[in-house]
Amino acid sequence: MLMRAGRELWAYRGFIAESVKREFRARYLGTQFGWIWAILQPLAMISVYTLVFSRVMQAAMPGHESPWAYSIYLCAGLLAWGMFSELLSRSVGVFVSNANLLKKVSLPKLTLPAIVLVSSLINYGIVMSLFTAFLLITGRFPGWVVLTAIPVLMVQICFALGLGVLCGTINVFYRDVEQMLGVVLQFWFWLTPVVYVTRALPGSIAEWMWLNPMWGIVHALQGIFLDGRVPDWNTLLWPALLALALITLALRAFARLGAEIVDEL
Amino acid sequence: MGTLHIAGVGKAYKRYARKSGRLLEWLGSGPRHEQRWVLRDASLDIAPGESVAIIGANGAGKSTLLKIITGTTRQTTGSVTTQGRIAALLELGIGFHPEFTGRQNIYMSGRLAGMSTAEIHQHMGRIEAFADIGDYIDQPVRTYSSGMQVRLAFSVATAVRPDILIVDEALAVGDVFFQQKCFERIREFRDAGTTLLFVSHAMSTVYSLCERAVLLDEGRILLDGPSREAIDLYNALAAQRASHGPAAAIVGADEDGEGAAGKRPTGSYGSQRVDIEAVGVYCNDVLAHAIVGDADVCVRVDVVFNDHFSDPHVGFQLRNKRGEAVFMTHTHGMGLAIGPVEPGRRVRVEFRFKAILAPGDYTVTAGVADAGVSGGGVQSSLARVHDAFGFSVARNPFGIAWDGVCNLQPVCAISPSAPCQPSKAA
Repeated sequence: MLMRAGRELWAYRGFIAESVKREFRARYLGTQFGWIWAILQPLAMISVYTLVFSRVMQAAMPGHESPWAYSIYLCAGLLAWGMFSELLSRSVGVFVSNANLLKKVSLPKLTLPAIVLVSSLINYGIVMSLFTAFLLITGRFPGWVVLTAIPVLMVQICFALGLGVLCGTINVFYRDVEQMLGVVLQFWFWLTPVVYVTRALPGSIAEWMWLNPMWGIVHALQGIFLDGRVPDWNTLLWPALLALALITLALRAFARLGAEIVDEL
Repeated sequence: MGTLHIAGVGKAYKRYARKSGRLLEWLGSGPRHEQRWVLRDASLDIAPGESVAIIGANGAGKSTLLKIITGTTRQTTGSVTTQGRIAALLELGIGFHPEFTGRQNIYMSGRLAGMSTAEIHQHMGRIEAFADIGDYIDQPVRTYSSGMQVRLAFSVATAVRPDILIVDEALAVGDVFFQQKCFERIREFRDAGTTLLFVSHAMSTVYSLCERAVLLDEGRILLDGPSREAIDLYNALAAQRASHGPAAAIVGADEDGEGAAGKRPTGSYGSQRVDIEAVGVYCNDVLAHAIVGDADVCVRVDVVFNDHFSDPHVGFQLRNKRGEAVFMTHTHGMGLAIGPVEPGRRVRVEFRFKAILAPGDYTVTAGVADAGVSGGGVQSSLARVHDAFGFSVARNPFGIAWDGVCNLQPVCAISPSAPCQPSKAA
């Protein structure tokens, strides 16, 4: 199943590439500066967080001297969360929003989440290069250890895609899923230590934090970028297992319901 | 390359009494849906280079069949095997993004059809030339008329000759000139060996493009045979449906076609209550299988009524070789009435007219309806004999030479004018 899906996606790589290109072009269509906005928006975001939290509010991370510490902590988590939530919320609606295409053109349906994946990776790539530039300028670049972020991000992507495609498939039949996800993501964000630190939580809740798969992921990234610390791989075991289970479940649901998707759109 | 093998294909949609039924099914409860079949047991074998039309009323399952063949929808039963590259034009203009220019959309559609950027680039000139929309090619598609979208879509889809070309109604949107251009290209492909699958309601197009036609009715293949036969049956079905008549037997619908109507041509039907005994074309009271154009002729229809009718009507239809109705009318339409009839009554109706017909072969179809309604229509059709009589028209040696459906008897003026002089320098 996975092999076949892979082959199909590879055969349609041209279409995926063209769709991603089109998506970016569509976003900045009719603007004068085009691609510059793709950089300016995340740049503005990073500047706001660093300026507001580091300079104005003088937020200090417990155990960190640097005035940039909190900004780095915030960005590391926030940018990863941004990718996760973009990936998840867009894959949930991807079949419904492309109903017109699916009903009239024969194409492997999994190309649609693939388009979402590629375009959110590009977005993440843009903001991460800005973030890296910021780290280099402030002299806080952690060095080779950033490479350990790659497996962490892969776990996050698999988790988001597995959940996204599973929910996306169900969403075709019960559109409530998409609505519900909007609500869930709000709570989920604040239940994940992105803005605050885990230690700020009462002990009883912090103890159960590992259940939230996004905690392990975000925590690992924060460690890499703030302290240059290699992730404790044990904390990623649970998210990885969950991601694997979700992908299996998503592919099974897809195999069973894939044919009915077009009938229901 | 270009073969199409369809075996026992059926499509059923699941219908749940309650929205929650599906969820319960997922959770392991028994089936909670009923199946609504839109296509059943369709089997077709199409050889490379063959042109096959699929005809039928709306909702007969034509589009579903095409969607299954192209892979847009998956069949519930049966199997579809195709060989070669398929190009499908199911509702044009789809996949076009309104905000992008025609050119950008060509790249997108081409990519979807499996072409590489280099290939699209290579074909761009040909696509542009065929679509013939001028500067619009670099304008956003939202500024296009529907006709222009069709032009572009057809042009992209047929940029490279496919092994199998599937054309749905789509072309009906374009203007006549563009349609002709499309048909030319379709014919070109066909002659080069492309298998053509064509869906249309325009029977004359079906007739001119396809030698074979498949008639679908309520999700089943009713007839798979020569186009003319399928079109005749389709027309008969349509006529009967339109008149809400009782379900009388239609010749051709039943393959064993025995019984009273057994010997009649495809598309005829009758009932116990009325019988069309004879239909003929007469010239000077002599049965005429060949007439000269512009001759005074008479279509004679003999009917026997086996029941009481207060206001029955008799009509006829002339059709040309392509199956197009050249003319039709009936007694009610002419403001006449046969009057009440009792069982056993024999009625002869004669329509006299001047045969202003182009040279060629024609057929007469006759029908009987039970009552006229205001506005010149009839209520329900009782009997119909399809192509009951055939005759040919020879050119009137004293008239003009013409062809077509209707003789407009033009007056032609030719004004002599001075030969062209080189214009003076302005």
